[in-house]
Amino acid sequence: MGTSTTFVAHPPRRRFAPPQDEVLQLRGDMRREDSSVTRRQGSPFTGLGPVFMKELADHLSSVRMMVLTLFVLAFGAFPVASSLQTLRTVVDPNSFLFLRIFTLEPEQVGISFIAALNFIIPLMGIGLGFDSVNSEFNRRTLSRVLSQPIYRDALLLGKFLAGLATFAVALVALWLIVFGAGLLLLGVPPRGVEVARGLGFLVVAIAYGGVWLAIAMLFSVIFRSTATSALCALGLWLFFFLLWPQLASAIVSGVAPSEIRSLEEYAAVQDIAMALMRLSPGTLFSEAVLGLLSPETRTLGPMLPAQMRGAIMGAPLPFDQSLLLIWPQITGLIAGMIVVFAAAYVVFQREEVRA
Amino acid sequence: MADTVIEARGLTKVYGTHRAVDAIDFSIRRGEIFGLLGPNGAGKTTTILMMLGLTETSGGSVDVLGFDPVRQPLEVKRRVGYLPDAVGFYDHLTARENLRYTARLLAIPRRDAEKRIADAMESVQLADVLDRRVATFSRGMRQRLGIAEIVMKKAEVAILDEPTSGLDPHSTFELLEMIRGLKRAGVAVLLSSHLLDRVQSVCDRVALFNEGRIALMGTVVELANQVLGAGHPILVEATGADIAGTLRGIEGVQSVVPEGPQGAEGGAWRVVADRDVRATVAHRIVTTGGALTRLADLQPSLEEVYTRYFEEARRAA
Repeated sequence: MGTSTTFVAHPPRRRFAPPQDEVLQLRGDMRREDSSVTRRQGSPFTGLGPVFMKELADHLSSVRMMVLTLFVLAFGAFPVASSLQTLRTVVDPNSFLFLRIFTLEPEQVGISFIAALNFIIPLMGIGLGFDSVNSEFNRRTLSRVLSQPIYRDALLLGKFLAGLATFAVALVALWLIVFGAGLLLLGVPPRGVEVARGLGFLVVAIAYGGVWLAIAMLFSVIFRSTATSALCALGLWLFFFLLWPQLASAIVSGVAPSEIRSLEEYAAVQDIAMALMRLSPGTLFSEAVLGLLSPETRTLGPMLPAQMRGAIMGAPLPFDQSLLLIWPQITGLIAGMIVVFAAAYVVFQREEVRA
Repeated sequence: MADTVIEARGLTKVYGTHRAVDAIDFSIRRGEIFGLLGPNGAGKTTTILMMLGLTETSGGSVDVLGFDPVRQPLEVKRRVGYLPDAVGFYDHLTARENLRYTARLLAIPRRDAEKRIADAMESVQLADVLDRRVATFSRGMRQRLGIAEIVMKKAEVAILDEPTSGLDPHSTFELLEMIRGLKRAGVAVLLSSHLLDRVQSVCDRVALFNEGRIALMGTVVELANQVLGAGHPILVEATGADIAGTLRGIEGVQSVVPEGPQGAEGGAWRVVADRDVRATVAHRIVTTGGALTRLADLQPSLEEVYTRYFEEARRAA
């Protein structure tokens, strides 16, 4: 009050009052500073390297990793051996002989190698991730590790990347074994395009494993008990494999019109069914693998007569066209992996450190 | 003040509607051992986590070595060693491998790290089990390994959460010796505990927590004066006629209260005077024909302060 009367008593002093827009400018600066107050300093990736290396070493030397590898070998060896047996004795008209090792459904086994992988890869992802965060809680190491100069970001990302790297190592080894066995038993070297498609398959398989690793890690962040998180992840796996196909077709028959009159209507119903099925990562994986390893695949949905025009049935597509066909599936898998990881990240950031 | 390492002003943490920590203020100086005392759930661990930036503050501010744990947690965590309540290590790794992991997280160069690890393990007398797996370690050894981690880190501030809980008396004694060692090395130590007599022996200053607030803060003697009243308490056990009257008649005596469950019949009194009146008491009782069986100087104990304070707090509630 006193100052304002002084101002009135000495009008010339008003000159020193800052112009209105300058005041606004000043307020703007203050606001900008306010927002920087809550911003944390330092890179979120500080310490990522040590966490990654430690987790990788833990994974590679763990008994669990050996069990998982044995699991894959047991499940994979039989279909691969049977496929090779068949390919050696029966003259296959297909020119992509090496890819047939993956996709052939031998009569004795009734399951192809990729179908076995479709089933086993989630199990590996879950096995590598289901206790990654909650075990740190239970061993009471989390608060000690987080009191070192790292952010939680680095811990979670390091664990995820280490799990993914471990999985990739196992898968590459498996892939090399299959190609090596093919080389030995078939006696012909793989063609360049077969290797390229095989490598594409590796990328898809790693992304698929990444989705399940992220899911397992999400549960390991949510649940303090490792048994609960393993159970939930396995439950989701069984749900997608056993229940979801039935559930999806039930939903479709509920939504679909009682009488399908035109081809368009039929295609629309099929689209819904496909879209529902593709919510399962397993579907995305098998579609992507189908496009890559069976070059004659032209479409993943129902084939309309218009699409058949001019096509030579059974003729293989060039690699880039196959890649184009399954591009949405690959993106879907990678996006799914990132989305689930992001969810785990958000939950982890909000979690209280204290036991 | 230049030698203040931690300064909290109005520090608050709210969980839902529960105020776990309610606007506390304190400061810790370089090279002192500061004790956070209080019952479980009084907000000690929450306060510690806020100082490390491991949990967000709901209000107020805390300054650790000139850094803000909310904005600059990495800087704070680089300089502050933390030993959590019941610290855990990776059981499948050896002590050396566990510390090596910490050293990597701290970005200590490899060759430097090996020497620092060896020195730190030496200082906590664990050098002979350096290459044993932590799974075989006892609880006391794990706590010492936690101290070794702080030593290796060359932390300026050590925050120890219930460092002695669950330890046998001998391990506790050893651990407290190591905490004194940290102080001698110029490290400011903040420790939380509910084991009072242990804490009393090492702490320079203590803060008494109650329901998220600091109820009392200062040296043990200051707290005793605040809670138990100023003066010089002594314990007198004697038999004879009207001992209480005799005691009250002594110059300087402020109060005479029967001590023990039997009250006045028990023949024991707690006498508080404004000076040491033991000699006079002995003389008077003997000259009035009484038999003096015990005369003891009562050191203010933290336990007593604590018990008395919470009794009063409960009565007031």
